[in-house]
Amino acid sequence: MYRYDAYDQRLVDERVAQFRDQTRRYLAGQLSEDEFRPLRLQNGLYIQRHAPMLRIAVPYGLLSSRQLRKLADITRRYDRGYGHFSTRQNLQLNWPKLEDVPDILAELASVEMHAIQTSGNCIRNITTDEFAGVTPDEVVDPRPIAEILRQWSTFHPEFALLPRKFKIAVNGNHEDRAVVRVHDIGLEFLRNEAGEVGVKVWAGGGLGRTPIIGEVVSEWIDWQHVITYCEAILRVYNRHGRRDNSYKARIKILVKALGIEEFRRQVEAEFAHTKGGAMTLTQAELDRVAAHFTPHPYATLPETDASFEAARAADPAFAAWTKRCVHPHRVPGYRAVTLSLKPTGIAPGDATAEQMEIVANLADEHSFGELRISHEQNLILADVPLAKLHEVWKTARAAGLATPNIGLLTDIICCPGGDFCSLANAKSIPIAQSIQERFDNLDYLFDLGEIELNISGCMNSCGHHHVGHIGILGVDKDGSEWYQISLGGSQGNDTRLAQVIGRSFAAGDVADVIEKIIGVFVEQREGDERFIDVVRRIGLDPFKHRVYGTPAKKEAAHV
Amino acid sequence: MSNFVKGTTLSANEWNLLRYPVVAEAEQKQAGKTVIFKVTGTEAASAETIAAFALPAGKIIVPLKVWLARREELTPRLAAGELGVWFESFELIEDLIASVEDINVFPVIAWDFVRFADGRGFSSAALLRQRYGYRNELRAIGDVLRDQLFFMRRCGFDAYELRADRSAQDALEGFKDFAEPYQAAVHVDQPVWRRHAR
Ligand code: HEM
Ligand code: SF4
Repeated sequence: MYRYDAYDQRLVDERVAQFRDQTRRYLAGQLSEDEFRPLRLQNGLYIQRHAPMLRIAVPYGLLSSRQLRKLADITRRYDRGYGHFSTRQNLQLNWPKLEDVPDILAELASVEMHAIQTSGNCIRNITTDEFAGVTPDEVVDPRPIAEILRQWSTFHPEFALLPRKFKIAVNGNHEDRAVVRVHDIGLEFLRNEAGEVGVKVWAGGGLGRTPIIGEVVSEWIDWQHVITYCEAILRVYNRHGRRDNSYKARIKILVKALGIEEFRRQVEAEFAHTKGGAMTLTQAELDRVAAHFTPHPYATLPETDASFEAARAADPAFAAWTKRCVHPHRVPGYRAVTLSLKPTGIAPGDATAEQMEIVANLADEHSFGELRISHEQNLILADVPLAKLHEVWKTARAAGLATPNIGLLTDIICCPGGDFCSLANAKSIPIAQSIQERFDNLDYLFDLGEIELNISGCMNSCGHHHVGHIGILGVDKDGSEWYQISLGGSQGNDTRLAQVIGRSFAAGDVADVIEKIIGVFVEQREGDERFIDVVRRIGLDPFKHRVYGTPAKKEAAHV
Repeated sequence: MSNFVKGTTLSANEWNLLRYPVVAEAEQKQAGKTVIFKVTGTEAASAETIAAFALPAGKIIVPLKVWLARREELTPRLAAGELGVWFESFELIEDLIASVEDINVFPVIAWDFVRFADGRGFSSAALLRQRYGYRNELRAIGDVLRDQLFFMRRCGFDAYELRADRSAQDALEGFKDFAEPYQAAVHVDQPVWRRHAR
């Protein structure tokens, strides 16, 4: 993975000093609340329900075991011994003290980490596919480019105070696992017939209050120009994006207002000026960064492993886990493993300090000392030999990290909601729990197959409810908490937005409603059909009828 | 004491920045809250305000709209080196560029940061310097505070009127925030990978 050189290190060290001084000035009354806000936000520091919330950057979701141990240590010393892995592949602390934040940043800097631009109206942490570099279907490893983009966007002077936050995702597969289509800019690295590398560029996607799927701005940009092209997009946005209304300030609104043709024309006009300029990437720079991501010293292993097969045959629980949590790898004899942060009873994405340490040890012993965070809020060990899977599983299971539910109904994406977030309309975590409790029979879950269920506590859509096969959104009605259900959303190459099925429900009814929806699916399903395919095939009506009764039976509406 | 920084040092300000008459807060209210950002293209000032805009003797910096509307009257003062122009945060530098043959006839151009968090001036400054070849003073005015200075300088500003309630001396520290930025910009115009063998 990428290791800081003296320039990288100096920058994060200087950042610590800068933020220490900003915090000092704020506490001394030399910076007003309003002036401090953009400064602290650019450092991932929110003022939340219980305490400040600090969002620590995990660039493109990649961590070393040493860094994870440091995070565990920080959660113990400065927080309550746990952290929350987010859909943007970051880690959030819910209980730090403002006064301690400079010290936390100094601790992070000691392991080449930071909280730079994890919030605020600037270019946020760059995200990518959690299986980057190991997935068999990869076209271009997106990690070096994600690192280059991280550096480029860090304290970019021109884009430090944009109209709104700005999210860039990078993907290097034919299959989109980085949800590039719902980002402000989505970059897909690809190859042409001559084997040259280029980038397909989407812009104007995003969730939130007005969910929009991005549009293609360019089918192909030579990779050397990826930064200057992004700068062209950002320049158009920075100058012309709305700033009068924060709900309309995202680039998606600008792209919609101009239309993709006109937006593209403006971007191309800008690009014509900057193309070939100083920020044009060089092969030497790409090579330098890419050298940090060279393949690990993999052993030469056979395709299969007898001990693994034996363990699988002997132990159905292990077999179940390998089915859901173990993924293909481009190197024979290796697998990528997802450690589920979704056991019933725990807020999805939460990990304790002990768990972090256990995972760090597992990474050291079996996965070249590295791990990843998925945007589904799980942890990944990307390079485990087949022969070690049983051992990894035993350790993970003892630590509560081996729930075999990846991709299933209980692998819920869930924002912190009203328990932690001051913007929430409703709680999310107890809803996730009630659904997990209702569907705790693993055999049944396996039978249901792949179902993505995403929960957000408000329109901001931190829980990606718009792109869930089943989406749940917390809404406020007369000061009480209600939940709106939507169906038919999906991520990936066929990214689609879900449709609301009707009036919303009280918290206590949500699990029942989900059960009814699943009931319709089970009845209508043909063979091994996936939930989402059934929804697409039969439409929403059968679900609505089951949930609300026959269409004739009107009930008082509350939305 | 002067709160004006030229380059990276405290300096005397020779220019008289002329602003529009203050508009009552009540008129700025819309839908119950103060309009902090105008949408690009909103009229800045009425024709009457522009026509009545007083132009005292000496070195003056006038609003873009005043320059555009009263060009004939102001051209001699421009020739005498006594005229600068300032932009409101939503205005477009292209309008000024189009109004003269050579942008460098202006000894000073200023950009008003209506609010600290409004970064439009960053892109405008970069364009003025990089695309339009502006070489004279580029001044940041308005809600200018220490924590933007580093970014402003990187984008091509070389003069700053710090907000009156803040110490400009203290703000000078802001220039030192980061020694080796990653990106190419106006100030430090090569990315770190071209400046150093990494
Ligand atoms: C607890 C404090 C949090 C606050 C105050 C917060 C705030 C916000 C706000 C204001 C938005 C709306 C932006 C828009 O208009 O699009 C948003 C969106 C989002 N947030 Fe959060 N958030 C919090 C936690 C989280 C967590 C825990 C996650 C991940 C688990 C997350 C990930 C996201 C994502 C993915 C979006 C979607 C926006 C998009 O794609 O357009 N946030 N958040
Ligand atoms: S979706 Fe709403 S409630 Fe949930 S974390 Fe985001 S802002 Fe908070």
